[in-house]
Amino acid sequence: MQEPLLSVRDVTVRFGGVVALDEVSFDVHAGQIVGLIGPNGAGKTTLFNCLSRLYQPSSGDILFEGRSLLAIPRHRIAAEGIGRTFQNVALFDRLTVLENIMVGRHSQTQSSFLANALRLPSVVAEQKGARDRAMELIEFMELRGYVDWPAGGLPFPIRKRVELARALAAKPKLLLLDEPAAGLNHEEVHILEGQIRRVRDTQDVTVLLVEHHMSLVMSVSDQVVTVNFGRKIADGTPDEVKRHPEVIRAYLGTAA
Amino acid sequence: MAAITNSWATRRGIGALAILFWLAMAALPLLGKIYPSESFDYYMFMGQSMMVYAIAVLGLNLLTGFNGQISLGHGAFFALGAYVTAILMNDGNWPYWTTLPVVAIVCFGAGFLFGFPALKLESHYLALATFTLAIAVPQILKHKAIAGWTGGVAGLVLEKPDAPFGLPLSPDQWLFYFCLIVAMVLFWAAFNMLRGRSGRAMMAIRDHGMAAGTMGIDTSLYKTITFGISALYTGLAGALSAITVAYVAPDSFALPLSIAFLVGLVVGGISSLSGCLIGGIFLVLVQNWSQSLSDWMKSTFDLRYDVPSWAIYGVLLLLLMYVMPTGVAGGCGRLYRFITQRRAR
Repeated sequence: MQEPLLSVRDVTVRFGGVVALDEVSFDVHAGQIVGLIGPNGAGKTTLFNCLSRLYQPSSGDILFEGRSLLAIPRHRIAAEGIGRTFQNVALFDRLTVLENIMVGRHSQTQSSFLANALRLPSVVAEQKGARDRAMELIEFMELRGYVDWPAGGLPFPIRKRVELARALAAKPKLLLLDEPAAGLNHEEVHILEGQIRRVRDTQDVTVLLVEHHMSLVMSVSDQVVTVNFGRKIADGTPDEVKRHPEVIRAYLGTAA
Repeated sequence: MAAITNSWATRRGIGALAILFWLAMAALPLLGKIYPSESFDYYMFMGQSMMVYAIAVLGLNLLTGFNGQISLGHGAFFALGAYVTAILMNDGNWPYWTTLPVVAIVCFGAGFLFGFPALKLESHYLALATFTLAIAVPQILKHKAIAGWTGGVAGLVLEKPDAPFGLPLSPDQWLFYFCLIVAMVLFWAAFNMLRGRSGRAMMAIRDHGMAAGTMGIDTSLYKTITFGISALYTGLAGALSAITVAYVAPDSFALPLSIAFLVGLVVGGISSLSGCLIGGIFLVLVQNWSQSLSDWMKSTFDLRYDVPSWAIYGVLLLLLMYVMPTGVAGGCGRLYRFITQRRAR
């Protein structure tokens, strides 16, 4: 079998005396959509924050394309090919939609302060490239009507789409979606499901999503990893996971 | 919708104001040549001060408005720039214009270094830390140990240069144009920076530091560099002030100067380039107006005491903030939108 794109190995995170993650291991293979589920406080977002280097695991390792992520500073993660969205939508509120998405190109561009100040020809070319990519994603995410609007005043579902477009701007290999369905209504979740598939199929990206919305996770994922109280309790296809007794117990609270 | 405060249409509307400002400035000495009079020298001095303040406010705006770091001590960088120029001209006999690159490097370095402790401090704490700069620097400039260079309490008197290339301009007129050229170059560079990759990164950090990091922005490096650039701008304003006023003294760089930059920033409009110009105009005009208003009130109402001009300054500021809470640039932007939307209807 081919080497996994992402390999989480025995990751443990402790906050003081609390063990948020306890030796969690799983693999994500290129081209897949992997769902990470678990009840509230199970450690899903903690794991995400380890992947984007906001938290440092107490032990264990995270390999991306065979190399450890733990040796890389936070701001290099994007250049490695990992993009993410946030649970509560973290946009740059006073920048326009276009500017937000263009910031997503930061890791793929390198012009300096001085080159920008002098507006060198290389800067103009780079800016055009970033703008073109952003406009492409604006079309892709159907944000055409909002291009020059500051992100701060937009309705929540639109903000979520902007954030997804921004994460895609750097052409990541792995896209981390933290509760993409949170705050969306039934119909919007349905649209989102199509968008996630479309992102995987047309943008050539592997998706790892944390989600509470069971029907979304089960229908969109190729593989589902379940955690509870910081430990992995199941890992398999949606059908396998749905029937797994530990998962049923975690969600329905059946007496052991 | 209140959220549309910086849509491009609005920015373009305010941009027109900026062009008007530069044209008016360029025309000012020419008018003085056509209609020579005593008061024109004074107008020119005012115009020059407006440009100097505008650059200083721009420096602070890059830091506060566009990067979200506050400073109550930018007067210190202004002083540093002024003194580097003055000492080089006085002790080293450097031509005035050759001091500017040195000031740029020294002030960038100082700001960059100060940016490191600033990384550990957020909002109020950073305000307090920078406040100490504003307090300490005038005292240091007066210190005996360096009085040989700084001239101590008395400061340094400089010579005004003649116009180069045999241009038919008086020293004051030439310095005015020198100021204008430097100011325009600095604003142009800032405009470029802000509309490019570096500016977007600065603003992204201001709006959401964590998300900016996830986008691949080295937030610590960007914040320290921004601090350096901010100090560079304000330092160059100080250098221009030293050259054009031909005099530096420690007490002109005390705390009120730092506060004045902040006032100019807020009145002009935070996060607006044109707002910096308005801030510069305001700082110069309000100083003049509050004094003349005070004199006028005394004579008109037959008062026995002077009306303190600082009180009038305060009242003017209060009124302005009440009418235009987002600064004059923000206020003009709203007005512009109001007019264009009515026309659209």
